[in-house]
This record gives sequence, C-alpha cells and structure tokens, in this order.
Amino acid sequence: MFKIVEREEMTGGTVIRNEIEAPLIARKARPGQFVILKANETGERIPLTMADTNPEKGTITIIYMVVGKSTALFRELKVGDAYQDIIGPLGAPTHLEKVGKVVCVGGGTGIAVLHPITRALKEIGNDVTCIVGARSKDILIMEDEMKNASNDLRICTDDGSYGHHGFVTDVLKEVLEKGDVKLVVAIGPVPMMKFVSKMTKEYNVKTMVSLNPIMVDGTGMCGCCRVSVGGETKFACVDGPEFDGHEVDYDELMLRLLAYREDEKRSLEESGLQL
Amino acid sequence: MAKKEKIDRQIMPEQAPYIRAKNFEEVPLGLTQEAAVKEAQRCMQCKKPACVEGCPVGVDIPGFIKLIAEEKFVKSIRKIWEKNALPAVCGRVCPQELQCEGKCIVGKKGDPVAIGNLERFVADKERISGTGELPPKAAPTGKKVAVVGSGPSGLTVAGDLTLKGHQVTVFEAFHKPGGVLVYGIPEFRLPKDIVFSEVAFLEKLGVTVNCNAVVGRTVSVDELFEEGYDAVYIGVGAGLPRFLNVPGENLVGLFSANEYLTRSNLMKAYRFPEYDTPIIRGKNVITLGAGNVAMDSARTALRLGAEKSRIVYRRSRDEVPARGAEVHHAEEEGVEFFFLTSPVEFKGNDQGRVTGMVGLKMELGEPDDSGRRRPVPIEGSEFELECDLAIVAVGAGPNPLLTQATEGLALNRWDYILADEATGKTSKKGVWAGGDIVTGSATVILAMGAGRIAADSIHDYLTWGW
Ligand SMILES: Cc1cc2nc3c(=O)[nH]c(=O)nc-3n(C[C@H](O)[C@H](O)[C@H](O)COP(=O)(O)OP(=O)(O)OC[C@H]3O[C@@H](n4cnc5c(N)ncnc54)[C@H](O)[C@@H]3O)c2cc1C
Ligand SMILES: Cc1cc2nc3c(=O)[nH]c(=O)nc-3n(C[C@H](O)[C@H](O)[C@H](O)COP(=O)(O)OP(=O)(O)OC[C@H]3O[C@@H](n4cnc5c(N)ncnc54)[C@H](O)[C@@H]3O)c2cc1C
Ligand code: SF4
Ligand code: FES
Repeated sequence: MFKIVEREEMTGGTVIRNEIEAPLIARKARPGQFVILKANETGERIPLTMADTNPEKGTITIIYMVVGKSTALFRELKVGDAYQDIIGPLGAPTHLEKVGKVVCVGGGTGIAVLHPITRALKEIGNDVTCIVGARSKDILIMEDEMKNASNDLRICTDDGSYGHHGFVTDVLKEVLEKGDVKLVVAIGPVPMMKFVSKMTKEYNVKTMVSLNPIMVDGTGMCGCCRVSVGGETKFACVDGPEFDGHEVDYDELMLRLLAYREDEKRSLEESGLQL
Repeated sequence: MAKKEKIDRQIMPEQAPYIRAKNFEEVPLGLTQEAAVKEAQRCMQCKKPACVEGCPVGVDIPGFIKLIAEEKFVKSIRKIWEKNALPAVCGRVCPQELQCEGKCIVGKKGDPVAIGNLERFVADKERISGTGELPPKAAPTGKKVAVVGSGPSGLTVAGDLTLKGHQVTVFEAFHKPGGVLVYGIPEFRLPKDIVFSEVAFLEKLGVTVNCNAVVGRTVSVDELFEEGYDAVYIGVGAGLPRFLNVPGENLVGLFSANEYLTRSNLMKAYRFPEYDTPIIRGKNVITLGAGNVAMDSARTALRLGAEKSRIVYRRSRDEVPARGAEVHHAEEEGVEFFFLTSPVEFKGNDQGRVTGMVGLKMELGEPDDSGRRRPVPIEGSEFELECDLAIVAVGAGPNPLLTQATEGLALNRWDYILADEATGKTSKKGVWAGGDIVTGSATVILAMGAGRIAADSIHDYLTWGW
C-alpha cells in the first residue's frame, strides 16, 4: 500500500496533486520517468509522470487531471488513504544536456510532466524559456512552479483571459524568430505537440516530445503503447516516453488514444463518479 | 501377473462446448474420487516405467498412482511434491501426450493412463480438503536469496530454498504473483485461485513476495547484493511480444496476445465494467499463430462475444505446436482454422480500426532448421479475411529491461541469458537463471525443472561456497 501524505486540489478540483509514500521509487527516480498506479483491486493501471520526488522523505509527487473513471477514482483518495499498487520508476529518464537556449512548451497536464524536466534543464545551466498554455486562466496549473523552474515564463490562453490570447505556437514562433534556440521540449495534448514539431522543423530546431499512449504493464511486455517514430515501431514505456518530435506519427497516436472511447464513457457513467 | 479386468480410460466430465464457449469457468470438471481410483487401477505398475522417462522432472508416476488406487491421497500428493511443487497446475497444463502419457505402455494398445488427470485429482483433493500440514523445514541458515520473477520457475526456487532453511524474497514486476500462470493462461483453463493458493502456501512456508518490484528499475541486481542477498535467481520469462512487421500492425483492434490476455486475465477485463480495464470485444476475430497462446486467445475471444473466431497459421495441421487437448477444445467450441496462410497486411478504416487481413496461401517445401517443412508462398494467392479484432500470437522473446540493466550477465545471440544447463549458473557471480529467459518460450514443467536444478546449485553455493 502506498499512502498519500499530502494532497492539493488545483484549478477548482480538476487537477490534483498527491504526495505519496514510495521510498524505493523515490530513491531511483530521474526526471522524465513515470509510475503506474492502481487504486484498488478492480482498478486499471494508470501511468502518471512523477512531477517531483523527495528521496530523503521517501515520497513521490504526481499531478493528474481528472479526465475519466480512474482519475476520478483517484480524486476520492484523501490524505491517509492509499493506492493499492504503484510501480516504477518506468521509462527512460530525460536526456539532460547543457546546450544553451532551450524552450519548454507545455499544455494542459503536460505542464506537470514538463515541470521537473524544465527545472533540471535550468539547473544544469541552460537558459530556459517556458511557454505554457491553457484554455482559460482558471484551469492554468502550476504557474508559480514553472516560473521558478525557468528563466522566463510566457503564458497563453485560448480565450485571452490571461497572458497572450492565442496558442503556444504563436509565442513559440516569436521566440524562434529571434534565433539561437538549440532545443525545444514540448509536452501536452497530441495536437499541440504535432504543431510545435511542425513549426520547429521549419526552423530546424531539435525537438523532444513526451508521448502518452495507452499503457498496460509499462515494462515492455504487451506492446499496447506502441508508437511509430521515424517509420519504426517503438514501445513508449521503455523506448520513451520521450522521442524526437520530428519523427513521431501523431495522427496514429491520436487514433490509438481513442481506442476505448465508448468503454471509457460507460465506465465513468456506471461508476457514478463525476469529472 | 494376474490378468486384470480391462477398465476403460475414465472420461473427465467437461462443460458442454456451447455452454462453456460463453463463460470463463473451467472447462474440464475433474475426476470424481471413484473415477480416479478406477483410473489408477489401470496402471500396470511397470518395473521400468516409460512414463517417468517422459516426465521432465521425473515424478514417480507409478508410485503416486498406486497410492491413489489405495486411496492414500495425502501420501500420493507428498510423493508428487518430491519432484513437482505445482501439481495442480501441471496436471492441467502439461503437454502430457508428448510427455508421460505419450510413453505409457497401456497407451501402446489403447488409451494411456490419464496421468495428468490423476495428478490434478490428488492435487485438488489436497488443496480443497487436505490436511494443510506444512512439509518439514530445515533450521534457518541465515542466508538470503532473492528470486526475480514469480512464474513457475521462480516459485519452484522459492519453495525449494525456503524448505532448505534459507530466507527467500520474491520480486515480481506485476501487481500479482504467478507469471504466465496468472497473466497469460485463462481462467477457463487454469483457475487463478489455484495459483494464488500455491503462492499463499509458499508464504505460509515463510517466503516473502514483493509485488510491484521491477528489477532493473525499482532495484538492480547489484543493489540486491548490497542489501545483503547472498544469491539471486532470475526467472523473468520471455515476455517480449513479437509482431509480424507487416503494414497496418498499429491499427486499433490489433493486439499482441500478451496484451489481449493480460487485459482479460490479469486485469479481469472480461468483467468490465465491474473491473475498470476495458478490452475490445470483437465479433469477427482472427488469431495469428497456433501455439497454446493462440488457442487461449481464440477461445477467450469466443467468451468475449465473438461470432467468428479463426486461427490463421502459416504451417499445416501437423505442425500445430499447441497441447492436443487445447486444439481439440478449441475446435469443439467452434474455432475455425486456416492452415498454410500467412498474413501480409492489415487493412483499416478512417478511424484507424482494423477491418481485415490480407493473407497469402502457402505450400509446404523442404524441411527447415527445425526439421519441419518450410511453408513457401504461392504467388498471386492473396485473399482478404474480414475482422474487427486481430491477435498476434506468433511467439515472444526476451525482455531486455533487466538484462540491459545488469552488468556482467552474458547473453546468447538471441539475448536470452546464458546459464549452465547442469546448475543454472550464469556468468555473473552469485546469479542463477532458468525458465523461459534461458530457453526461450517453453513449458511450465521445464521452467520448474530448471528452477529445481538451480535451487540445488544455490543451496550448494550457500552451504559450501561454490
Ligand atoms: C507516460 C505517461 C505519463 C503520463 N503522465 C500524466 C500526468 O503526469 N498527468 C496526467 O494528468 N496525465 C498523465 N498521463 C495521461 C493519463 O495516464 C491518462 O489521463 C489517464 O490514464 C486517464 O485515465 P482515466 O480512466 O481517468 O480516463 P479514461 O476515461 O480512461 O481516458 C481518458 C483519456 O486518457 C487516455 N487513457 C486511458 N487509459 C490510459 C492508460 N492506461 N494509459 C494512458 N492513457 C490512457 C485515453 O486515451 C483517453 O483519451 C500520462 C500518460 C502516459 C502514458
Ligand atoms: C498464454 C500462454 C499459454 C501457455 N500455455 C501453456 C501450457 O498449456 N502448458 C505449458 O506447459 N506451458 C504453457 N505456456 C508456457 C509457460 O507458461 C511458460 O513456459 C512458463 O510460464 C515459463 O515460466 P517462467 O517462470 O520462466 O516465466 P513466466 O511464467 O513468464 O514468469 C516470469 C515472471 O517474471 C516477471 N518479471 C519479468 N521481468 C521482471 C523484472 N524485471 N523484475 C521482476 N519481475 C519480472 C513477470 O512479470 C512474470 O511474472 C503458456 C504460455 C502462455 C503465454
Ligand atoms: S509433471 Fe507433467 S509430465 Fe510429469 S507426470 Fe505430471 S503431467 Fe506428466
Ligand atoms: S505498456 Fe505494455 S509494452 Fe508498453
């Protein structure tokens, strides 16, 4: 059992942060790695990135957006409650290197995934500009954290309620135009990663994305998480989740993410839980 | 010997095909005590029993059968335990027709003695109504052993070494122990309660089972030594799914058998939405391959509502590698076979979902390395089969997750771990390996046999230092 020691509801309860006792995982985790969590006996195995770890305290932190049955079930867990199973750390850690000017682009809960990577990139001496986007101000998460983790934080909202009115790609274009950008890291909804990659390809800037296909085991034994990268099939749980953004087949990934759409709806409805 | 009255092989009652093809309950119902005793009387108690030679772990088959005939059931199960720690499992899943029963003298003229069914009978009897008495255990040695992987080979090592007085901890990547017995083989063939009661038995003996421990990630082999383990056994199986490398393989609705069976068995997707994990319920299903894994997939598909469940295999019926009983059960339940057919492409719709498979007819040519006649394509023979679910069950390979994270562990050219056949020792000091991660996909009993050999060698090492 993995006990929740701290819990915070962000953006009006649609995004939740949990700090969880998992000493063995905390000891080994590196930025970019994820865990798989299962709430109870009948639960599904759900992959979530570790937004933070505290090896001394023996805890890991996850930040998740409530999007369906399992994440709604996770939200029911309060401080003192426990996840039945947590497996990790999984996936390859982020390749961290000092390259100079870096732009980190995040959208939705991708921001939570992006946070530890941004912080690590800055810590090793990169000049990190961060561009984060949300549909509207009230669902923007982790503004302060991202501000601290980067040298320059730029905010975009689709409805113009905060920061730049428009998409992250607008601001990205501006930054790329100034030149000198050595690396772009983009994490968020698949369409966002697709458009960022398309743009950075025009500017010939290396781009790393973190993919979120549906997973089961997370250890390379089922192939559920396969993605096409550079025309080859890769297992995101072991070969990734980070890949060269210019090589990913995003359209295939989007279709694969819809595999269980009907079942997911039914599962949520019959559970009586709300989003 | 006095002439015996001829007794026919006792038939094990089964659920009727049309009923069982719609549920996940076990198919064969087990022998009654009366039938088992009668069946046991068919054994001729040979002086030089051929069946024992056919058993990879050398169970004293006439010995345990005689004790059934004498209705000494507890003694009978003890006899099997001397060589085989998981008889309730083996009685259900061993390919007896190729092993013990294939060699049985009675089988030369008629049906062989139903060794597997008898083994299953006594094991079930002990589990359900036995004494529950634990076997004697040696005094604690103070030595610690880590077993990586809780499949049949790991469980065997754990059981043997705990009885020899060592302190054993099993590390399992999944959230439940049992390996393929739990995530791969379906409930209707091997009820999971049997596996869990075997594991519970080991825990009662003093074995610690740590689930959610991915060795190579959560902890490394070298860290296990740093934590004070004196020896490590690696029994992580051959869990890497193989795909066909044909166009259309990433369409939604195309699964590896590993994923399909893991969702259904381990995650209990067949009870969705009571269990949260979903699975695609195809009406028109194609399974590629014809081993046990393929039979399990095709039969699971029927139980999940398929109207058509078809097996596509590139060789002919004679080469089908699955256990005889499984092929027979699959056919009875209505699984159709397309032999000498090879998939060349999968077709999909605009939502990226699979709608069909293009197959190519094959004919048998010259024998290949395996001695089986090589299937060669017949040019221009492409044809299309419709499907809304396709399951690829063409084999598995070694998962590199642990081996890549472990220094000093020599691998063979297919990336399986190199281990000495007589001891299970690897190139790394203090590390043994066995089961599918050494041999490639094989059988439960061979994995257990390898575990037994390694356990003996580990015991020697812990006792005398070599
Ligand atoms: C490596 C990785 C890291 C991730 N990190 C985070 C994170 O830090 N924060 C966060 O909020 N989300 C993260 N996700 C996404 C998160 O796993 C899904 O949102 C979650 O599984 C949804 O489950 P649900 O039952 O609540 O929703 P559902 O109703 O099941 O599904 C809603 C959406 O989630 C996707 N999804 C469903 N099941 C899975 C599954 N088993 N694996 C992956 N995606 C699935 C579906 O495509 C669907 O579009 C990550 C995913 C991956 C693969
Ligand atoms: C669907 C199916 C049907 C089969 N039917 C039959 C049959 O009828 N008869 C028969 O004799 N054989 C059958 N087999 C084959 C048989 O199950 C295997 O040969 C046998 O289980 C191998 O045992 P093992 O102990 O080597 O490995 P496995 O049973 O594969 O167990 C390995 C365990 O190690 C765990 N593991 C892997 N990596 C790690 C890691 N890094 N850290 C910790 N744990 C890890 C895995 O999760 C797994 O639980 C079947 C196989 C399948 C897949
Ligand atoms: S273990 Fe398998 S081969 Fe050996 S006697 Fe039992 S059924 Fe036969
Ligand atoms: S989730 Fe199973 S192989 Fe990646």
